[in-house]
Amino acid sequence: MSGFKINKNFLLIGAVLVLIIGGGIYWNNSKPQVKEHLIISTTTSLYETSVLDAIKPMFEAENPGYNVSFISQGTGLAIQTAKNGDADMILVHSPGQEKGFLETGYGVNRKLFAYNFFIIVGPESDPAGVKDMNPGDALQKLYSEGLAGNAQWVSRGDNSGTHSKEKGLWTATGFDLDAIKAETTESGETWYIEAGAGMTATLQLANEKEAYTLTDMATYLKNYKNGNIELVTIVGQGKETLNVYAAVLCNPEENPRGMYDGAQLFMEYILGDDVQEMLVDYGFEEFGSTLFKPWVPELDTPDSEIVQWVEEYAYFEGTECPEEYRHLSGNLYD
Amino acid sequence: MSWQAISEGISEALRLILSMDRTVMEITFRSLYTAGFATLLSTLIGLPLSVVIAMKEFPGRNTLKFIFNSLVGIPTVTLGLFLYTLLSRSGPLGSMELLYTVRGMSIGQAILILPITVSFIISAIESKDAELRDLTRTLGASEFETSIAVLREAYSGVSLALVSSFNRAFAELGIATMLGANISGMTRVLTTAIALETSKGELGLSFALSFILLLVVLLLNYVIRKLQGGDNA
Repeated sequence: MSGFKINKNFLLIGAVLVLIIGGGIYWNNSKPQVKEHLIISTTTSLYETSVLDAIKPMFEAENPGYNVSFISQGTGLAIQTAKNGDADMILVHSPGQEKGFLETGYGVNRKLFAYNFFIIVGPESDPAGVKDMNPGDALQKLYSEGLAGNAQWVSRGDNSGTHSKEKGLWTATGFDLDAIKAETTESGETWYIEAGAGMTATLQLANEKEAYTLTDMATYLKNYKNGNIELVTIVGQGKETLNVYAAVLCNPEENPRGMYDGAQLFMEYILGDDVQEMLVDYGFEEFGSTLFKPWVPELDTPDSEIVQWVEEYAYFEGTECPEEYRHLSGNLYD
Repeated sequence: MSWQAISEGISEALRLILSMDRTVMEITFRSLYTAGFATLLSTLIGLPLSVVIAMKEFPGRNTLKFIFNSLVGIPTVTLGLFLYTLLSRSGPLGSMELLYTVRGMSIGQAILILPITVSFIISAIESKDAELRDLTRTLGASEFETSIAVLREAYSGVSLALVSSFNRAFAELGIATMLGANISGMTRVLTTAIALETSKGELGLSFALSFILLLVVLLLNYVIRKLQGGDNA
């Protein structure tokens, strides 16, 4: 074994490393770094439809000083990230959790910008016989059929916005979730399954088990279209399954990132005509159905059914954002 | 259904490679860079450290070895979570601004793979005859020269240590997710992109990216093996 050969080996391994690192530096530096870097933590259902990736270049073209990044997390984690000071604003869909975010003083200036509906999906054979019922009756029946061993329910169980919606539906139907979870069928099997996973994984679990679950439209459509699942819509849209997306800024007094102005610009942008008009038919080509309904135009008809529903579901004290949680809001609430 | 996703994945992977898809290239190079830099850091610290542990007698030496051996199996998500709380703005090291950067991910991965580097190099050195270093010393070599001689003798074990370290960093998901947050165009690497596409339900694309990851690992290991002339590799 010659010394030369050994040295050559180490040299070559070193050379490979240098090449890799050099390549990386090249790729990393080939994009501009001088811009203000806005970080938005967002719910997965919003990010994974790619709608934010479509908004990003539009916003950056209009505001060349900013570079926007999205961190895709569940609503619970997205709020935690913002509280830790690692994001400038949040885009989420869980009024209860948003309220908490405002009340702790970390969030200010909440605005609604879009809505759509959750659906309950299940196997086509519908073993519980709940098709086209209203959500309350459907859950009631799913519970009794579940205990009888005829149906199973899969919950996200991950503290996401969808999970919190699901918990809200059970509670509104008069159930105590902790009690439900503890109840098993006569043979001791669980009928209420907690996945602890994202929407796609939860849908796949429900598909394998021929169970029912609550899902957002976009994730369901994508998985159905890709052939990952065979579940069908059992309970469609209605007042109870409303899903409202809100933007909340991080309180500049609590958040050390110092990007409040940029975050406010982004908020104004998604409330503006460009984004609101784009939402009208976003996703139709890919999914065969639109994914989001813009919220701002609905305000032109304040007496409509949908505005009543949203006010009841997602307003606090009759407003998107009570006075005490507004901060340097400019003309956001005019 | 799943089989269809795999075959879709293969053809999609071929398409992405042949068309040199810009996003995929970017993500792949970022993966290589992150893991490569992590390996470099871990080697710079781990090589001298393991020589000292393997060749010196000092109190607590066995405990140290035990700790490094145990940490080889640390869950990436645990380490990622721990590092996130350190690097977060509200954490003690928040002012370093390493969160959501490739540098931060590299440092995290370096910490992850340091136990692999150290443990593997120690066992490579220890597997060589202890008489060698006595002999070298008898011949009048200094401590440093003795270390170099032993490392040369154990080189195939040492390069295995580095390759394994790199592979672990290249294929890990937890730290990249917690510290990088999978930001498009900034911190997205192969593993986080695979996780994202899977959670979107785009299983074909997930498989495609997975095949690219495996292909890179195979290629790198093949090249390094060739460079060693097939000796002991």
